[in-house]
Amino acid sequence: MTTLHLDWTRCRGRGGCVELLPELIGRDEWGYPLTATDVPVPRALRGAAEQAVRDCPRMALQLSPRFAE
Amino acid sequence: MSDALWYLGRGTGVVSLVLLTLVVALGVATRSGRPLPGLPRFAVTAVHRSASLLAGVFLAIHVGTLLFDPYAGLNLVSLVVPFSAGAHPFWYGLGALGLDLILALVVTSVLRDRIGPRVWRGIHWAAYASWPIALAHGLGSGSDASTGWMLTITGVCVATVLAAVGWRVSERFAEVPDLAPVPVTAPPLVGTGPPEGPR
Ligand code: HEM
Ligand code: SF4
Repeated sequence: MTTLHLDWTRCRGRGGCVELLPELIGRDEWGYPLTATDVPVPRALRGAAEQAVRDCPRMALQLSPRFAE
Repeated sequence: MSDALWYLGRGTGVVSLVLLTLVVALGVATRSGRPLPGLPRFAVTAVHRSASLLAGVFLAIHVGTLLFDPYAGLNLVSLVVPFSAGAHPFWYGLGALGLDLILALVVTSVLRDRIGPRVWRGIHWAAYASWPIALAHGLGSGSDASTGWMLTITGVCVATVLAAVGWRVSERFAEVPDLAPVPVTAPPLVGTGPPEGPR
């Protein structure tokens, strides 16, 4: 399964990923994403995850297809 | 025929200014991390990118048409090498400079995965230089610059960018501050001697 990796050193809580992937990512009280560093992405959320990676203003997100399904 | 090129060159120049104004304002909005009315956060970034690409297309038509307009007297070199044009070298030179900067902004942004965030962000500061340069070029070179309608458009664009930059430097700009604020309960930083560790 595809995994979404979040680089915490880059993230500045701009919140785009939280809006695109509410099923996987919450918003903590400081505005930062509330999630694990590596989140498995179900097939149905693949498109939204790709958009989150592309649109993260801080380039903090990465999809790794390395973890083969 | 050359009149048609001239009209197209002017029209696309005006549209480019309006689009670049929108791009700068949306870039600032992206940086703020705040949603806009009708645009969630991720969409602000997406529209900023799409508007930049569209501005790039209009700029390409703008310089492409004027390249073939005999009255402008431009060649490929004078389009990209600032201040090298035979006629109006200063005002056309600002246009070439603006074009170079905006091309650099768009190309580095499209390739930002390869360039990495640090260099990309550094180059992105050029946005704040490119816009006034493009504006000045339009004021100096534009055949319509002193008409009432163009002055109105120019005024609205200037007001928009000034408002965006004013917002950018204001204290409550970012929704989530980049550096965590020092908690109120932190021990006072007095009487602890010089800071330790590498500078
Ligand atoms: C494909 C093209 C572009 C992409 C993908 C892009 C992407 C971005 C992103 C993601 C940010 C937010 C940075 C952050 O939050 O740290 C940003 C900010 C900004 N962008 Fe762009 N950009 C593009 C082209 C341009 C162009 C052509 C201009 C101006 C002529 C521009 C002007 C700005 C400005 C003014 C900011 C705010 C910078 C700041 O104050 O920190 N962008 N852009
Ligand atoms: S979109 Fe990027 S910067 Fe914004 S919260 Fe998500 S990971 Fe962090």
